[in-house]
Amino acid sequence: MIDFGLSEEQEALQRAAREFLGRECPPALVRETANTPDGIPGALYAKMAELGWMGLVVPEAEGGLGLGVLELALVLEELGRVAAPGPFLGSQLVTAALLRAGTRTQRRTWLPRLLAGETFGALAYLEESDTHDPAGSTLRARRTRDGYRLNGRKLFVLGLPGAHVVLVAARTPRGPSLFLVEAATPGVRLRPAETIDLTRRVGEVELRDVAAGRDGLLGREGEGANLLTRLLDLGAVGIAADSLGGAERVLEMAVEYAKAREQFGRKIGSFQAIKHMAAEMAADVEPTRSLVWYAAYASDHRPREAARAAAIAKARLGEVYSRTAERSVQIHGGIGFTWEHDLHLWFKRARWNQVAFGDPTFHRERLATIDGY
Amino acid sequence: MDLTYSPAERTFQHAVRTWLKRNVPKRQRDERPMEWGDPRRLAQAKAWQRRVYEAGYLALAWPAEYGGQGADVMRQTIVNEEMVRARAPGLIGLMGVQMVGPTLIQHGTEVQRRRHLPKILTAEEIWCQGYSEPGAGSDLASLRTRAERDGDDFVVNGQKVWTSNAQFADWMFCLVRTDPEARKHAGISYLLIDMKSPGITVRPLVQMTGDAGFNEVFFEDVRVPQANLVGGLNNGWQVANATLAHERNMLGATTRTQQTFQSLVRLARTHGRGGRPASADPVVRQQLADLAIRVETMKLEAYRQLTDTLRGRPSGIAASLNKLITTELNHDLARTALDILGSYGPLGRRDARVRDRGIWPLDYMFSLGLIIGGGTSQIQKNIIAERGLGLPREVRPA
Repeated sequence: MIDFGLSEEQEALQRAAREFLGRECPPALVRETANTPDGIPGALYAKMAELGWMGLVVPEAEGGLGLGVLELALVLEELGRVAAPGPFLGSQLVTAALLRAGTRTQRRTWLPRLLAGETFGALAYLEESDTHDPAGSTLRARRTRDGYRLNGRKLFVLGLPGAHVVLVAARTPRGPSLFLVEAATPGVRLRPAETIDLTRRVGEVELRDVAAGRDGLLGREGEGANLLTRLLDLGAVGIAADSLGGAERVLEMAVEYAKAREQFGRKIGSFQAIKHMAAEMAADVEPTRSLVWYAAYASDHRPREAARAAAIAKARLGEVYSRTAERSVQIHGGIGFTWEHDLHLWFKRARWNQVAFGDPTFHRERLATIDGY
Repeated sequence: MDLTYSPAERTFQHAVRTWLKRNVPKRQRDERPMEWGDPRRLAQAKAWQRRVYEAGYLALAWPAEYGGQGADVMRQTIVNEEMVRARAPGLIGLMGVQMVGPTLIQHGTEVQRRRHLPKILTAEEIWCQGYSEPGAGSDLASLRTRAERDGDDFVVNGQKVWTSNAQFADWMFCLVRTDPEARKHAGISYLLIDMKSPGITVRPLVQMTGDAGFNEVFFEDVRVPQANLVGGLNNGWQVANATLAHERNMLGATTRTQQTFQSLVRLARTHGRGGRPASADPVVRQQLADLAIRVETMKLEAYRQLTDTLRGRPSGIAASLNKLITTELNHDLARTALDILGSYGPLGRRDARVRDRGIWPLDYMFSLGLIIGGGTSQIQKNIIAERGLGLPREVRPA
């Protein structure tokens, strides 16, 4: 029976999340958080943890809600809608990595802390080359008597410097491998990047002969590329969901403004120049919901289609969010260009969303390869 | 969320597929409406629809008393998909099946239903749509063809234009002005007109494709019985709006778009410049992937809307969004094919070096016609903005 829609429970979760974030994460909080050192709104995250969101996809036996990636995407959409600050997505990726490949010890060490919303995770895979190739890391991990030593640098890490545990993509003589590195370990240096996005932190991590014990290796040595590919796809779906929420919000703002603002003695929304731009924005945004739902659903239930669906969702949403934000600014006119108006919070977030976990050009080429053009 | 057919639906799908494999006339594969002008083709096309109907694969969702099966949308969707997959010829009576039929079921009298519905299904009578006029295109409600009451009849005078299929249609469903004093939307009625009535002249218009697909229709003192009025006097605008929604759904044929895209990919892999297929060019790959994404979006949206329908949720402005998105997408597919074809692109159907039997330049033109027909993209954007987003209506002269 074809049923491509949300269940009653999923719709209830969506409503509850929207209501909660509308109340708890107003633009004032986003701006306030931008001035804090770690970029994490602590009180909000404590409440999110209470709601169980940090462990949304974690089995109930391990303290989570036992839900799927689709439910996670619904929450991410709502977080995107309010341009929520903080390292939520990075934590989800580290959590997902632990669930897929973590040993009992690793899970017991990290999951309870991540679920409590006090410890945050980040995925560090990019380097100066900016390649999204999951086997493309040059950061070296050398085997030692009691574990590994890591040397190198990772760039453009979403959620740094606030995160406490960093999942690092490295290369050992056996091939691509993933390591869990505590930010507090000697030899780890974090540097915040300066970015136009006020809602998110992006940073750099430098590892100088950093010791990772045997428990530092996540999954098998030399076989990290597969796991990393799946994490990058999950990240792509997550950012796509965030973009959907953001795009919906900037479209709403444009429509609200066009209904209120008068020029030439008329509401500007009655001019076809504005009307058609708004209609094109709606025609862009509205249908992308299906792409996010399907990519999230495929991530859990259709593994063979998951990569393709993630590439499609990320390519389309990356572009649609930026374009919709640009047009929203255009409809707002001068006021939309000011620091005082909140619109630029989304406008700038859209730029990271466009590139994070692969930009549209990257994912389109990936799709072309998957489909065998 | 579930994207698989139930066992019963799979069985049904298999039956449809098997029937189509045995029955699709090979010579008529992919046949296009533009070929129906020829009387032999016309007879074949009517015979094909009759077979589909007799097999039980037409108008499944209609009530059983009017020749349907009262089936859910799912079965009709399966049939539509399989028809396209089997490259079955188009249905010549689609205007009747998808537009007049549902309108009569909703607004018609019992006599009208008994008279017309059976012949719509068997393609014994073909219908055309009399909406647009020389002075009433996007502003349809300003139409001026008038119908005046005289005894038991209306007397119709005026002109319609862009009327597809009028050259061989038996009936026309037509919008006429019955109250010139009323505000323009309020004085319109919906009439069923026998095309053999004295006083009707049909003059073919040649389209830019070179085919005579549509016509001008002139009415000079044409007598139409009052019994042919649908939905009450001066109520035609409401009746027609129900029909327009059907038309927009009709244009959103997802499966056909998927097939056009597959043809485009085949073209890109086999045609190129300097001995290199177009699909090896990174720019072309980007374009193809972008189109693939739009096709995929359309497919998933179709499933989402189907789910909404099955759950009994209102469709909102989906019809307008679909019309806008799918017609623009189909035009972009054809345009990309022409870009890939380079100097081979503008070759005519009969040229010895033409690729893919010349379908691409034809599609490029035909798909542009679909962006215009059935409510232009600009009109759809007005509807999306006003009814969907709630932006203020145009300032309109009274």
